[in-house]
Amino acid sequence: MPCVCIYFQIHQPFRLRRYSVFDTDRHYFDDHRNAEICRKVANKCYLPATAMLLDMIRRHEGRFRLGFSLTGMVLDQFEAYAPEVIQSFQRLAETGCVEFLAETYYHSLAFLYSREEFIEQVELHQRRIQSLFGGTAPVFRNTELVYNNELAETAHQLGYRAILADGAEHVLGRRSPNCVYTAPGAPIRVLLKNARLSDDLAFRFSNRNWAEWPLSIEKYVSWINRAGETGPVVNLFMDFETIGEHQWKDTGIFDFFEQLPAEVLRHAGNSFKTPSEAAAAFEPAGQFDCPHLISWADTERDLSAWLGNAMQSNALKELYALEAAVKSTGDEQLLRDWRLLQSSDHFYYMCTKYFADGDVHKYFNPYESPYDSYINFMNVLDNVTLRSRPVRVGIVSGPAPVPPSS
Amino acid sequence: MKIFMLGWEFPPFISGGLGTACYGLTRGLNELGHQIVFVLPQPVSSQYTTHVHLRSPGAPAVMAQGGPSGSAEWCSSYTMKELANVEFRSIPSSLQAYATPEVARRRKTVGQTDEDEADSAAEGEDAHEPLSVLAGGAGGGHYGGDMFAEIQRYARFAVRLARRESFDVIHAHDWMTYPAGIAVAAATGKPLVIHVHSTEFDRSGEHVNQRIYDIERQGIHAAQRVICVSHLTRNIVLNRYGAPGEKVEVVYNAIDLNGDQHSLPPPIGKDEKIVLFLGRITMQKGPEYFLAAAKKVLEHEQNVRFVMAGSGDLIRRSIEMAAEMGIGHKVVFTGFLRGDDVARVFKMADLYVMPSVSEPFGIAPLEALSHEVPVLISKQSGVSEVLGHALKVDFWDVNEMANKIIAVLRHPPLQATLREHGSFEIRKLTWRDSAQGCVRVYGTAIAASFTNGN
Repeated sequence: MPCVCIYFQIHQPFRLRRYSVFDTDRHYFDDHRNAEICRKVANKCYLPATAMLLDMIRRHEGRFRLGFSLTGMVLDQFEAYAPEVIQSFQRLAETGCVEFLAETYYHSLAFLYSREEFIEQVELHQRRIQSLFGGTAPVFRNTELVYNNELAETAHQLGYRAILADGAEHVLGRRSPNCVYTAPGAPIRVLLKNARLSDDLAFRFSNRNWAEWPLSIEKYVSWINRAGETGPVVNLFMDFETIGEHQWKDTGIFDFFEQLPAEVLRHAGNSFKTPSEAAAAFEPAGQFDCPHLISWADTERDLSAWLGNAMQSNALKELYALEAAVKSTGDEQLLRDWRLLQSSDHFYYMCTKYFADGDVHKYFNPYESPYDSYINFMNVLDNVTLRSRPVRVGIVSGPAPVPPSS
Repeated sequence: MKIFMLGWEFPPFISGGLGTACYGLTRGLNELGHQIVFVLPQPVSSQYTTHVHLRSPGAPAVMAQGGPSGSAEWCSSYTMKELANVEFRSIPSSLQAYATPEVARRRKTVGQTDEDEADSAAEGEDAHEPLSVLAGGAGGGHYGGDMFAEIQRYARFAVRLARRESFDVIHAHDWMTYPAGIAVAAATGKPLVIHVHSTEFDRSGEHVNQRIYDIERQGIHAAQRVICVSHLTRNIVLNRYGAPGEKVEVVYNAIDLNGDQHSLPPPIGKDEKIVLFLGRITMQKGPEYFLAAAKKVLEHEQNVRFVMAGSGDLIRRSIEMAAEMGIGHKVVFTGFLRGDDVARVFKMADLYVMPSVSEPFGIAPLEALSHEVPVLISKQSGVSEVLGHALKVDFWDVNEMANKIIAVLRHPPLQATLREHGSFEIRKLTWRDSAQGCVRVYGTAIAASFTNGN
């Protein structure tokens, strides 16, 4: 009789335009492309899926509950290109059955490079969520579920009651991800993604070569029930684009989700909880001791998708090295551009791990090769570097010197 | 399987990729245990050292007596130590690969030889040979016909040799051997497989030599199977030569890493970065795009030098072009390089650029990567179909070429990642696998010839 805790991630990056070493202007982003993609995904996923969820919430009169995390960047894009999506989420917020999580505004890996920048981005995000949907977000998740003990402590210090992480086997060992844990050194509750059940929907659902295809709702819920024998909470964490974009409508994914609450609740003792409710409802089964960084990406569940080669680590290092210079110019637009460059997607595109095999990474990659993405990014960064050099004022003889404009 | 192979170029007497590819394939087939009789034109004498050892030069074997003037026709045979299953038969010929008919004509005017007299005398007895198909030829008489005459001679000799051998399949490399392949197939009834390493469209752009095109087309249609070195080339064969798709296969070229790459000591540290062009300096290889990109790069980066290693019909023009662009002091022309010099120039390079206009495959980038040099290659090349860890660019996009060159010069992590992944990626391209691909094609050719009742 487990409780099911669903959380959906919503994010879109600001993709860069083709920027060669000869370009000198400040228009780094491919607005046309970003708008096109945002609207396309809105029509295939965000709008129909939120409408479906709203209907499901109303039908089950409060018993169907879940969580969302939207990055600041995607909210900016919705505002510009598809404001009706924001309205859709606001309607969901009004039901009282939906919870919004906290994360970095710019979907960044700032935690690894600058604690100060990380905290600023979290606060920016908090304010945005509050102004759009009301309430505070009591649960934190870091970009791509990048997690370690230190992050848990930081989240606790910032006041969060619970934090999400991947149920990585190499950390859990024989223990179950279906329990609530605490972090060593901080009494914050940790909810762990049930990778198998989450990825069954997110990745395997429409794969005809999968032994379990086609997946019936009864079979899936029976797996949830069986998982519930090892722990009280089954955490299904995935990208929201699973519904309609990664898994197209004709795979039956909408119908599947629509039946989920009824089938789960049919079994006595089952329930749905938002992340904060799930974290509070059960006593921790122990400590989730994670000294080294993990994530929810690829099979390795580590940082190799963004920090696996020399290009990635060089790009990230050079980017964060500019923090002081950028902030000291007082140039708001420059600061915004520098932050938009922090989204982890840019480094994901530079990954060479599976490049020759052409798989998951390639699907999301607007570049023809990871090398093209590095070259493009560094050309933009060079321009940012130029803009963040301090403005010098020369003393001229004659009239009084002109004060510097900021 | 025993293969009757017709080639035009073989190490150590190489002027381009054809010889390297023939050598690689022969090595691969040898390793797989197949036997080869390899027919080649008599190699020109050369003072350059080589790592291939001739075991027995062999006494010239007289092939035919007589002809009205009483002269003999002969060939010599030899073997190579490392290729135990291969017997070479060389035919006297003055022709070299990559000669255009004009070049051949210029060389010919140096002086007649005895062989030519024997040729014209023997002409009469060949009327019944299945080579009369060559006698026609559309127009083009002003090309002198010397090269085409050589090709006919080669074909006659090949038929004579073939009649004394037994084999399962004929494998002819590039257009100069197609007439020989067709003739041998007609004379022996064995299936013909032709190997397209390049086409007239690659070599001459749109101004193709009609006679060469006709020979290529004839070969493609007469063969049981056609092997192309890339899908790029296969598409040309299908679209420009009217070949049916089911008879045309792709077997990629490869590279063998035999550890020689590290035998040289590391070069003395240098200040300047070096961007390398290595190949024939001819239209097909895009030397003018290399220079145009160099000029753009030099406007933004000064600490770099561009090296053009090679020779060809555009060498003089290229030197002039560099001077006209004002970058002459930053461009070094080394001339044609052989042996260790090639390895040395690779070891000095920070980036290898292949801006080819139309490259059927392009083995040189693989060689560069085997020397740990990252590569920037034209998308209009066959090798870009098999290499992922390379920078790629449209040959005409000089701005993007310069953009990428500058990026490699400015960002060591880019160079390091390309080098590391690229040199690992080439390990999966072995000549053994290419040879295996050819053997598969031999199989289908043999099967098809039974079905066709040949």
